[in-house]
Amino acid sequence: MGTGGMAAGGSEVMEAFNREISEAGIEASVEKFCSMHKVGCRGLCAKDVLVDVIVGGKKTTYQYTKPGMVSRIVKEHLIKGEPVADWMVGEDYYSFHDKQTKVVLSDCGNIDPEKIESYFAVGGYEAAKKVLTSLSPEQTIDIIKKSGLRGRGGAGFSTGTKWEICRNTKAAQKYIICNADEGDPGAFMDRSVIEGNPHAVIEGMIIGAYSIGATKGYVYIRAEYPLAVERLRMALAQARGKNWLGKNILRSGLDFDIKIKLGAGAFVCGEETALIASIEGQRGMPRAKPPFPVHSGLWGKPTVINNVETLANIPYIIRKGADWFASFGTEKSKGTKVFALTGKVKNTGLIEVPMGMPLKEIVYDIGGGTNKGRTLKAVQTGGPSGGCIPSELIDINVDFESLAKVGSIVGSGGMVVLDNTDCMVNIAKFFLEFTQAESCGKCVPCRVGTKRLLEILSRITQGKGKEGDIELLEDLSHDIKASSLCGLGQTAPNPVLSTIRYFRNEYEAHIKESRCPAAVCKDLIEYSILADFCKGCGACMRVCSSKAITGEKKKPHSIAADVCVKCGACYDVWVFKIW
Amino acid sequence: MVTLTLDGIKISVPDGTSVLDAARQCDISIPTLCHHPKLTPHGGCRLCIVEIKGMFRPVTSCTTPVSEGMEVATKSPALEKLRRTIIELILSDHPNDCMICEMAGDCTLQELAYFYGIRENRFEGERRIYAKKDGNPLIERDMEKCILCNKCVRVCDEIQGVKAIDVAYRGFKSKVCPPYERDLNCEFCGQCIRVCPTGALTGKNWALKGRQKDIKGIDTICPYCGCGCSLTLNVRKNEIVRVTSKEDTINEGWLCPKGTFGYHFVSSPDRLTKPLIRIAPKNSNKLQVTSYKLKNRKDFKDSSPLPTGQAGVTRPSSLFREASWDEAFDLIAKKFKGIKEKHGPDAIAGLSSARCTNEENYLFQKFIRAAVGTNNVDHCARL
Repeated sequence: MGTGGMAAGGSEVMEAFNREISEAGIEASVEKFCSMHKVGCRGLCAKDVLVDVIVGGKKTTYQYTKPGMVSRIVKEHLIKGEPVADWMVGEDYYSFHDKQTKVVLSDCGNIDPEKIESYFAVGGYEAAKKVLTSLSPEQTIDIIKKSGLRGRGGAGFSTGTKWEICRNTKAAQKYIICNADEGDPGAFMDRSVIEGNPHAVIEGMIIGAYSIGATKGYVYIRAEYPLAVERLRMALAQARGKNWLGKNILRSGLDFDIKIKLGAGAFVCGEETALIASIEGQRGMPRAKPPFPVHSGLWGKPTVINNVETLANIPYIIRKGADWFASFGTEKSKGTKVFALTGKVKNTGLIEVPMGMPLKEIVYDIGGGTNKGRTLKAVQTGGPSGGCIPSELIDINVDFESLAKVGSIVGSGGMVVLDNTDCMVNIAKFFLEFTQAESCGKCVPCRVGTKRLLEILSRITQGKGKEGDIELLEDLSHDIKASSLCGLGQTAPNPVLSTIRYFRNEYEAHIKESRCPAAVCKDLIEYSILADFCKGCGACMRVCSSKAITGEKKKPHSIAADVCVKCGACYDVWVFKIW
Repeated sequence: MVTLTLDGIKISVPDGTSVLDAARQCDISIPTLCHHPKLTPHGGCRLCIVEIKGMFRPVTSCTTPVSEGMEVATKSPALEKLRRTIIELILSDHPNDCMICEMAGDCTLQELAYFYGIRENRFEGERRIYAKKDGNPLIERDMEKCILCNKCVRVCDEIQGVKAIDVAYRGFKSKVCPPYERDLNCEFCGQCIRVCPTGALTGKNWALKGRQKDIKGIDTICPYCGCGCSLTLNVRKNEIVRVTSKEDTINEGWLCPKGTFGYHFVSSPDRLTKPLIRIAPKNSNKLQVTSYKLKNRKDFKDSSPLPTGQAGVTRPSSLFREASWDEAFDLIAKKFKGIKEKHGPDAIAGLSSARCTNEENYLFQKFIRAAVGTNNVDHCARL
């Protein structure tokens, strides 16, 4: 159970199972003849709560499980051995998983993240053992380099090369930091990995520390992830208990321990120099590079900063070999990538696919297409630093190079599906609202520039756009990209530029015709009832929270424009009735 | 030494020099708002961006160290366009009130706007408005004019070691302020005022005292202590309107609160400018200075009635009379000799002042030891 599963009621379902089983008083009583495990994220959030029931080696998965359903499952399936066919997952559950290739997530959702034994059972810490007992740091780095693993945090720098540079920098003290300050709106890859398999991250850090010569590690994790922090704390304590952390690990001579540092809620602290400043107790503001952290990082010492997913890949690469890992993906983008598939898609959730998979397959085969049967308009990747890929380019392969070509990025792995009810100007505005609020305020282009971009976008969505605003947006965006200090500012205008690039007509409609083609921008739309069609059913009147709709039964209703707050509830209820 | 090319000029500079410093050494001017030679580079204003061959985006010259064979272009149409945009962005969030700003004519931002000919601004928009003014007595903090160059924050930390201010909030709402946005309550050294490139930080006592063009700078030495900091008195119509210090002096341009703000005594009516000799008997009518504020120098001379409600207070003019230095020194010498003859030299002790220089203090102890003949000599700073 990850945060998503628990929000869907996972804990209640588990409690219900415990209760039902003990009430039944059967041989099934937990810890005697059967066992119950809570596992991390399975990926398919849309169908939570998911429960696997394994009887006699045969696994049956139930979807949308509610506490009320537990009694029947226990009685029919556990006792009589007849699975409850009504509630079992359908084809789409399997098609969601079939197209995926799981490396980082291979054990997520199958092991109990709160028990180190559970990780041992799937080969956990064998990679660290192999590295510490039979490989030199240089050999380890060679394997990582050969695997072609590139940083999963967004920039895509070669992990092996980063380790090698830090290894070759002479210093008495070095550090390795795991960047778990995942802040992109709609992204939850790192959280799910830590919640589902925290030991893989720790093992990756041990291998990294051994390779670069670090004795201290930090996990910089946002405080908004309480469950991930708790599981990580548990995992660290267990690892220390088994001497996977601490003095003289495996009698190899390696001293290494990990501290948790909680982020205070600043998006910019995901930028490595700001992250370092934050650990040092300073205001989280980036500084100019060079010097890069591998030369002068935390407390001025050589420091490697890797993303959660990058580190979680390491044990699997060591265990199964560089060639195995490199067999996935494209020539320049090796391996797999975890994406958080969200937005207007049927199967929202966490997915892992080989690099280079066509976007079409991700959205339609894994995601199951748009959730309400509407037309796909675009896919936004890379979060606030990324861009929108229009539906015409749906055949594009998802890897570092291909996405960069069309003006977007892989980023940390956010993937938001947009349909024809999404206004692209509004989407750009949404991301600018985010980056503008999260700018640290250090450099002018980002601090004031993003504010001005947002103001221009706001006035366009309010129908107050002026001739020349599109050009001004483009011009300012390019200047912000060219002159900002850190990655936040350098990428903040991407959503604006990519939406203008592919959806210029929508911007023009807002400015020239005061029209929002997707009917999203409230200032440009008005709700009214067509008297010819209205049967006076009163359904819209009942859902109107501002009491703007009036009318007698079975007679045409009307909406008072001055009272209406344009929430769209009446429209939704009408659509529901019609369709 | 590292050799690099700047706008086609070859120059050798020591390893570790920043590109900005190297450029300044060959008289190439690069605009900047957040750089100060004595503070760690910040890289926040982004005006000092340059193009370096091999780097795919412009970099700030203040934060980039030189390297062998580097080829730098400090001016190009693309760079000038970026700089112009940056200045426009700063001005879009800056009050357009140069007409009444204390720093007009002495403001780096104004100068940049002038050189880049910025009058219209493409980016008019919301400005930060701060209604509350800082209630401290000395430093005027007009944060609407702040461009967040962070010089004040850095000088307070790196030079003064106080860290009284830092940046609060983030993004567009970022604001330099003391903890919890309280009123400033620091040492009031005024270093922050000294480095501020705009009118965001000024002295409260400087207000409406005149424009920089009317001010005459008079270099002098601070009288407050033996450090002997160099001061520049900014004088207008024979009145000190503010005190500054030049960077090429022994104190590198930094001053303490007394040097910066304690100049009002110079033109104070209470100031003694001539020696006074007591004329009244020693025990009669003690001067109650605590309850009697001297209004002007006439108090020593005229015999007009005392202010009402000050009964029992004797006017100074009835206790002292003005004298020449020669007369005063003669009197001191005569008294010292008398005491020494009657009670011996050890009846005399000397206590000197930290406001004197080393040389003056040396002379003083020499006088007490050699001329008076006693070792009873000490210094207030030892107490």
